[in-house]
Formats: sequence, structure tokens, C-alpha cells
Amino acid sequence: MIRPFGFNEFLFILTAVQWTIALSAIAFCGGGLGGLGIALARTSSMKLLRLVTTGYIRLFQGTPLLMQLFLVYFGANIFGLPLNAWIAALLALSLHASAFLGEIWRGCIQAVAPGQNEAATALALNYRDRMRYVILPQAARIAVAPTVGFLVQLIKGTSLASIIGFMELTRSGQIINNATFEPFKVFGVVALIYFSLCWPLSLLARRLERHFARSTAR
Amino acid sequence: MPTELQTGATGASRGSDIAVRMEGVDKHYDDFHALKKIDLEVRSGERIVICGPSGSGKSTLIRCINRLEEIQGGRILVYGRDLTAGSAAVEAIRREVGMVFQQFNLFPHMTVLENCTLAPRRVRSVSREEAEATARRYLERVRIPEQADKYPAQLSGGQQQRVAIARALCMNPKIMLFDEPTSALDPEMVQEVLDTMIDLAEGGMTMLCVTHEMGFARKVADRVVFMDEGEIVETAPPSEFFTRPQHKRTRKFLGQIGIQQQNIV
Ligand SMILES: Nc1ncnc2c1ncn2[C@@H]1O[C@H](COP(=O)(O)OP(=O)(O)OP(=O)(O)O)[C@@H](O)[C@H]1O
Ligand SMILES: [Mg+2]
Repeated sequence: MIRPFGFNEFLFILTAVQWTIALSAIAFCGGGLGGLGIALARTSSMKLLRLVTTGYIRLFQGTPLLMQLFLVYFGANIFGLPLNAWIAALLALSLHASAFLGEIWRGCIQAVAPGQNEAATALALNYRDRMRYVILPQAARIAVAPTVGFLVQLIKGTSLASIIGFMELTRSGQIINNATFEPFKVFGVVALIYFSLCWPLSLLARRLERHFARSTAR
Repeated sequence: MPTELQTGATGASRGSDIAVRMEGVDKHYDDFHALKKIDLEVRSGERIVICGPSGSGKSTLIRCINRLEEIQGGRILVYGRDLTAGSAAVEAIRREVGMVFQQFNLFPHMTVLENCTLAPRRVRSVSREEAEATARRYLERVRIPEQADKYPAQLSGGQQQRVAIARALCMNPKIMLFDEPTSALDPEMVQEVLDTMIDLAEGGMTMLCVTHEMGFARKVADRVVFMDEGEIVETAPPSEFFTRPQHKRTRKFLGQIGIQQQNIV
């Protein structure tokens, strides 16, 4: 039975956007926590920590996100803890985001002038206080624009979760397309919705970049 | 006025009379031997000026005293406490040793007042009110009390360096280290920073200053230490150092900076 692509079909796709947003948001938060840990480990004075986290980053940067999703989804099944698509997608995307945010933020931490850490050290501040009050606030300013940029990548990346059956924007498009056989219209709408999520963020990232470039030039 | 500095610096009541003692200190950067068996003793209240050609190890030497650089051989004692004895000793020593850098290294995202109160509050657990009162006192001391609420980027180089001095003093250190504090300044701002340092020296602070301001050395130094190629070549009171240098390398160096010698404070 073929149905036409009407308002109800459109609404079906539009409501699925909430799952794309939820998946992106949670993976971004999980990735943010993991990424902070990784960035700190990558810049720490302990060689082993640096080595392990460098390996982690290389692994996730050197493999396609889809493979990471597959490995988490099917891997968990092999080890006898079957994950549903939700958890698998969240886990895989969080691990993925940890690696990328970790690498972005490592660069931002290292971009803070070394004299800042030296001055804080000379004032007898311990590692935690140096990071919290001196280094991270300065690194954060540099980090805002590339972090928003990565969020855009992450939102687009969540579309791959459709392949393991997670019901988000792309998957809802596939379902509607299977019923309507109007792929151009259907995926045109899906693409537009992604665009309307990502475009404002890209604009924001560019504005923030300019803003911070100006304020550091001061 | 100088009382608060004096109470922060007089040596007699501070236990050991030797502020810094370096014994056979060796420092390597990979293959490069930056400090070669350095022996140096600084008494409490003494003012030392360290000079020497670029790359001779002056910065490295003073950075070892608060362990911004690790040493590979020898010992460094600060008020009798061994810096190589572990991280607790390092922490304790850093509380007592203030440092001023060539590039100021103020925290750009904090106001002048916040720069000055951060360490006392976090490290010495001083209350905010007390830390701010102390900070304002020292800002007055370095003659910029009106800049307390500005950000470092809004200040001139000379003002920034005076804030950096005030920030270090807020920890009430027993020893102050200066690494070419006037080298990054426009010429017209050098004097205001030197005046602050002279003031500090007259207050009795133990000071180790890397500087090529020979006028300053003549005026306040108890001893001038001349370094070359990672060694202390010569140590002498300024009167002797400038008039009767013992070593050829010292004479050569003094000749090279002859112009600066006229730059009397
Ligand atoms: N982090 C480092 N890694 C490798 N070599 C270094 C490092 N820091 C300093 N050096 C080398 O150690 C030597 C002494 O350096 P130091 O900065 O102590 O010299 P300096 O006397 O302070 O010179 P300047 O007057 O130029 O400041 C120099 O040859 C320098 O190249
Ligand atoms: Mg130097």
C-alpha cells in the first residue's frame, strides 16, 4: 500500500527530531565529561596517561563512526550484555565525542601561554587550582568555537544510529519513504531539518570565533 | 609605610639565617648541560644580582629555586628545607618564594585585585576580605591602588609588572626572585619598576634578581653573581665587581654592556 507524502508524514518525521536532539545532547554531555578527562590526561605530566589517551584518540579518529557504532552494538551482544539501540548509540557517540573533544581541548589547553602555568605554580597553587582558576578559563575561551563546530558534526553523525535501528530523524525518513516511495521529497525534508539544526550553530560558531579573535587581539 | 614589607622579610625571626643554599647543583636539558656544579649561598635579607651573557643559565638558576625546573644533581635548601625531599617540601617552599617574570604573566581573565587575591585565598586560606585588604595595601605600595578593578590588558607594561610584584608580595614571601623584570618594558617604564624593587630591597627583602640594570646592581646589590656557560664565574660586592673584576670573561662581559652601565638608577 503506497501512501502519499502528506502533512501527517511530515509530522511523523518532525517529531523524530526530538530523538536526534536528545541523542546529540546526551552524547555531547557524555563526550564533554570524557573529553575533559582525556584533555587533562593528554596534557598531564604522567607519561602512561598521555600514552593511553593518545592511543584512544588515534583509535577513534582513525576509524569511521559507523564502525564504532557497530562495534559497540554488536560487541556488547557478543559479550553477553545485549544493549538496545538507544544505549548502544549513546555509548558509541559519547566515546566518539570524548575522543574528538579531548583532542580539541588538549590543543586549547596547550594554547594557553606556558607562562600562565609557571606563574600559577610559582604562587604555590596546586594542579587542581591551576587548572580550575588559571588554565581552563583561558582554554575555554579558545575552545568555544571549535566545540560548537564539533557539535554540528556530532548532530550529523547521529544519523548513523539509524543503521542500528535507533529511531531518530533519518530512520523516520526511511520509514516514511518505505511507505510513500517519494525519496526525494522525504529525504529533502529530512535534510532541511538537519540543516535548520546545524546552520544556526555553524553561524554561532563563526561569530564566537570572531568575537574571541577580537578580544584576544586587544 | 615600609613596615608591612619589613615584617614580611626580616630574617632574624625566620629560623635559619641561610635563605638559599645551592650545593653542587647540576641541570641538564637533554644533552645540554645548563648548570654545572653550582654552589651559592644567600643569607636572609641579602640582595643578589645575577648577570651574564644570554644563555649562560641565569634564568635556569633562579627557576630551580622554586622548582620550575628540576635539577639532576646536587641539593637546594631553602631556609634549611631540602627541595629535593619530595612534593610536600616543594609546596612549602613555593609558599615562601615569590617570583616575577620578564613577561609579567598576569592572569588576563582576572582583574588586578583577583590576580592578587587568588593565591592567598586558595593556598593560605585567607578570607576574601582579608586577602583584598592585603592586596590593596600592596597595590598602594607599588603605587597603583586605583587600578585594582581593571584587567591586565588595560594597563601599561610598567603597571602590569608592578601588579605582578604586588601579586607575589601578597603571599608574604620570604624570598623574591626576579627574572629580567624590566627587559620587556618600554624604556620609559623601566624606572618605575626599578623604583619598586629598590623600595622592596630597602624594606629588607631577600632578593635574587637576574637583571642587566647595572645601576640597580650598584645601588642595592650586596653581591653580584656573574654567570657564563652554566657556571658561576665570579661573585663580588658591586664596588669590587665593577671596578676590579677578577676574570677575563667578566671584563669582556662588562665591556659588552658598557652602554648600559651609564644607565644609573
Ligand atoms: N626548556 C629548555 N630546553 C632546552 N634547553 C633549554 C631550555 N631552557 C633553557 N635552555 C638552554 O639552557 C641555556 C640556559 O638558558 P637560560 O634561559 O637559563 O639562559 P639565560 O642566562 O637566562 O639567558 P637569557 O639572558 O637569554 O635569558 C640556554 O643555552 C638555553 O638554550
Ligand atoms: Mg633568562
